[in-house]
Amino acid sequence: MSQSVNPPRSIQPYIKTQPMQPTVFWRLAEDIPKPLYTALMIASIVVPVLLWWLVTTVGNIDPKFLPSPGQVLEAFGRLWGTRELLKDTVASLWRVGMGFLLAAALSIPVGVLMGSFASIRALLEPLFALIRYMPAPAFIPLLILYLGIGEEPKITLIFIGVFFFNSLMVMDTVKFVPKELIEATYMLGGNRLETLTQVILPHVLPGIIDACRINLAAAWQLVIVSELIAANEGLGRRISVAGRFLRTDEIFVGLIVIGVIGLLFDLLFQYLLRVTCNWANQKR
Amino acid sequence: MFLEVNSLNKQFETAKGTLVVLKDIDMQIEQGEFICAVGASGSGKSTLLRQIAGLDRPTTGEVKVDGKTVHGPGPDRGMVFQHYTLYPWMSVQENTEFGLKLQGVPKAVRREQASYFLNVVGLTQFAQSLPKALSGGMKQRVAIARALASEPKVLLMDEPFGALDIHTKESMHEFMLELWQRTGITIFMITHDVEEAVFLSNRIFALGARPGTVRKVMQINLPDRSQMVKRHSIFHDYRDELMDLLRKHGQEALAVV
Ligand SMILES: Nc1ncnc2c1ncn2[C@@H]1O[C@H](COP(=O)(O)OP(=O)(O)OP(=O)(O)O)[C@@H](O)[C@H]1O
Ligand SMILES: [Mg+2]
Repeated sequence: MSQSVNPPRSIQPYIKTQPMQPTVFWRLAEDIPKPLYTALMIASIVVPVLLWWLVTTVGNIDPKFLPSPGQVLEAFGRLWGTRELLKDTVASLWRVGMGFLLAAALSIPVGVLMGSFASIRALLEPLFALIRYMPAPAFIPLLILYLGIGEEPKITLIFIGVFFFNSLMVMDTVKFVPKELIEATYMLGGNRLETLTQVILPHVLPGIIDACRINLAAAWQLVIVSELIAANEGLGRRISVAGRFLRTDEIFVGLIVIGVIGLLFDLLFQYLLRVTCNWANQKR
Repeated sequence: MFLEVNSLNKQFETAKGTLVVLKDIDMQIEQGEFICAVGASGSGKSTLLRQIAGLDRPTTGEVKVDGKTVHGPGPDRGMVFQHYTLYPWMSVQENTEFGLKLQGVPKAVRREQASYFLNVVGLTQFAQSLPKALSGGMKQRVAIARALASEPKVLLMDEPFGALDIHTKESMHEFMLELWQRTGITIFMITHDVEEAVFLSNRIFALGARPGTVRKVMQINLPDRSQMVKRHSIFHDYRDELMDLLRKHGQEALAVV
């Protein structure tokens, strides 16, 4: 069977040895020194702002086309002073909050059930997978037709945009619960309900928080779209009105406020994940 | 008989047709025995254990524990899986208590019971740690404590020490023997490590592959159970006999393919 076979020729001449140079910046999937990390993070924001400032002061650019950081700050002060900005922000936050909370409250149990029971998955997955590919904004005409032009269609739009995605993402997290962990629970005397609530749920909690974090970003995008439906106030509304009157500085104010609030939400979710699911952290 | 497997057959319907994994398995095990089932990879050891555990139904035949036919999983059979199955969000103490909690044991009682078995496996000082802070051997010891806490009639183990290095494995062996002597529990353990089987068990079921059948039942009588016994000629004889048996059947199985 095992005769020794000589290779036809030596491959040694073809082998190129590549020495690995030590590096700090290009470390692959490794941490870099903390000070460098902080410096790079600050640069990530400061450099673009600096470039922006430089372009608008050195270059002779029409502020209607690109206002300087100072002018945007001024517009921010102006809108803040008249309390318009606060009203807009509260209006948008309220829509996102309602739409997202409703969608999360329904999609989390539905997703867990879909992930846990093949029967419910078969019943719902085809429908959800289909609707997921219909862009939520495409529902606007129908929503206006059914729900009018008040707050309901706006909240419903966000609900549609979040619910189906979140259900399917939560469902996927349940698939990662090891089968042996469930069987171990049966061997310890757990019934199906106990296994679902005391093993599957805690196991998927980090996944659920992460899915919600990602879909909150989607909700935040949709609120801007939803305010195209005859809104009187809201950050999206602010931006489209500012666009119509060529108040470019106010467009920038709206964009930056939206970005900052979104980022704060993201950080909040990351914090939530850290405190509730310490066990799921990779690092000790 | 305490644990019986009666003319058990198990086949799976696969895309390529019917796969017979276990054929005419018969086993009679007395209370307090330490049994090892040995066989090559793919000989159906895990499948057999899953039938005994009740996690899967035999195609024909039955499993009886203490006179009662097994119809599903339950805490009268403690199970230690091949892979680590601790709940990662629970502390070692909570993991050990969890089975008792599911069975409705009051908090104070289950705390005491879990503490006792954590002491038995030597992990009292890690009671408040999360599983991720434990080594592989420690995790399996917690899994054993968790299974024992429900006071099962049999302890079922599926290659529990397969992933451990040789020294950790040896100390786990000593631990198992001590546990067995102290509690008198019936143990049914699966392994592909021949020395492990000879060292630990009082009887060995040698399984042949494709389909999995019991080829031989070996009674093991060692003069004592210390590491030194592994240098004894009796130990070598048992080991070599079992090795030859498995090798022969391994080749037969390969010839079939
Ligand atoms: N659910 C299943 N469906 C189809 N085939 C299966 C199933 N479970 C096991 N088998 C087959 O049964 C055979 C025995 O598998 P089993 O896991 O019991 O082997 P094993 O002896 O435990 O091996 P190892 O030592 O590698 O753990 C394998 O050929 C496997 O492919
Ligand atoms: Mg196996």
